[in-house]
Amino acid sequence: MVDSYRPKDLKEALSIRAEHGAMPLAGGTDLMVRYQSWTGTLPLFKNSIMFIGHLKEMKYIKKEAKDKTSTLVIGGTATLTSVANHPETPVVLKEAVLSIAAPALRNNATLTGNICNASPAGDSICALYALDAVIVIEKTGSRREVPITEFITGPGRTVLAESELVTAIKVPLKASSVNNFTKVGTRKANALSKLSFTGVADYKNGRVDSIALTFGAVGPTVVRSVELEKKLKGLSGSEIETKISAILEDYSTVIVPIDDQRSSAVYRKKVALNLLEKYLRELSRHE
Amino acid sequence: MKEIKFILNGKEVSVEADPLKRLLDVLREDKRMTGVKEGCGEGECGACSVLMNGVLVNSCMIPLGAVEEAEIVTPEGIRETEKGKLIIDAFGDAGAVQCGFCTPGMMMATEALLTINKTPEEEEIREALSGNLCRCTGYDLIVKGVQIASERGKDLW
Ligand SMILES: Cc1cc2nc3c(=O)[nH]c(=O)nc-3n(C[C@H](O)[C@H](O)[C@H](O)COP(=O)(O)OP(=O)(O)OC[C@H]3O[C@@H](n4cnc5c(N)ncnc54)[C@H](O)[C@@H]3O)c2cc1C
Ligand code: FES
Ligand code: FES
Repeated sequence: MVDSYRPKDLKEALSIRAEHGAMPLAGGTDLMVRYQSWTGTLPLFKNSIMFIGHLKEMKYIKKEAKDKTSTLVIGGTATLTSVANHPETPVVLKEAVLSIAAPALRNNATLTGNICNASPAGDSICALYALDAVIVIEKTGSRREVPITEFITGPGRTVLAESELVTAIKVPLKASSVNNFTKVGTRKANALSKLSFTGVADYKNGRVDSIALTFGAVGPTVVRSVELEKKLKGLSGSEIETKISAILEDYSTVIVPIDDQRSSAVYRKKVALNLLEKYLRELSRHE
Repeated sequence: MKEIKFILNGKEVSVEADPLKRLLDVLREDKRMTGVKEGCGEGECGACSVLMNGVLVNSCMIPLGAVEEAEIVTPEGIRETEKGKLIIDAFGDAGAVQCGFCTPGMMMATEALLTINKTPEEEEIREALSGNLCRCTGYDLIVKGVQIASERGKDLW
């Protein structure tokens, strides 16, 4: 049996974190399953637990505008359902969230829980990488912001210290006209990804102005290559079309998946490249 | 052990238990609400569905400490209501119940769906029930049951 805490507000939650390092439990959909034991017995947590799902201060989603750029700020206890339902949520994030499990789970599970779990198959993570999300981390008396690419350091690992909590996820809202999120699983509901893909891009004056391409569940963390994306910027739709096989070849060097119980490496790579090709064809037709 | 208060089917209750005990076990053992079933115990089947503050959740993944001050509704809480009776009859008339193990969870999912969408399309019904597994009916009859409930319950939800 371990201790559990129920802070009344964020301030108390941060001091419990500092004092006891208690593990935050938001929706519990990862933790309660990971540590489950026999029916009728307590879950086998190793460390103390702190309930945070009820903390209203972090249960919000709001749009912030500053110097012509706007950002969607998603509070640390906002549920997946609320993210999916928010009118400003970028379409790829919405689709990624709706691909997670089923309504009852999404009603209680949080977006922050999905990223802190840091599973290579975490569906929102793939979209959040493409959207350049920034993670807001707080501890008593200080606050820092870390890009999601630095926040996640490996499977199940993040930069979060024992005294810290994630209090928000910031998603820059940028123009994006060609959007795609695709998840390949064994069935529609309740299936973990064998693989996921996100593509977002925008044209300006007939040339690719911004582009981000990410692949989930093909490696220890989401795969994104800013260098390869740079090569695509400035191209017209028809130039993209003529370069498709070269681009696929480039990407085949950065997508190096693993075998696991859900899928094989060969299958994952093939499907990842197929999804990329499909996206590039769509992109080339848009300009 | 801790005393935890929440609202269960409209009444304030208090339970003396470890806050990490699963809500599912609290409901079945401490409160004898056995309409809440355990199928998988890991969020995949929906047999343990209840409403928490008005939305559908899986009670097998929720520790008691997380429901302090929350409003919980179990199948026992809707069974006797006008809406609950209507869902039960609709399921009966559609032939949506075979062994019955999934039925309480299916009813909770139906209640949750009709609360936010009185006249769902078939696709929307299937999506709303996608977290509830049934080993017997092949789902079509359950979808039919929800359609009947939605038609008959137009003025209720
Ligand atoms: C049946 C089933 C199907 C699933 N399907 C999918 C799927 O398709 N795709 C997918 O990506 N995931 C899936 N999951 C995994 C899980 O539901 C998600 O990762 C979910 O978003 C976790 O959120 P939570 O609030 O329930 O997390 P919790 O279990 O409460 O916490 C998860 C982790 O995050 C930490 N944490 C939570 N909040 C904070 C915070 N504010 N600050 C610091 N740390 C924090 C916790 O300490 C813990 O380590 C599935 C799970 C189940 C049981
Ligand atoms: S017992 Fe809770 S979802 Fe199966
Ligand atoms: S009727 Fe038997 S599981 Fe659904």
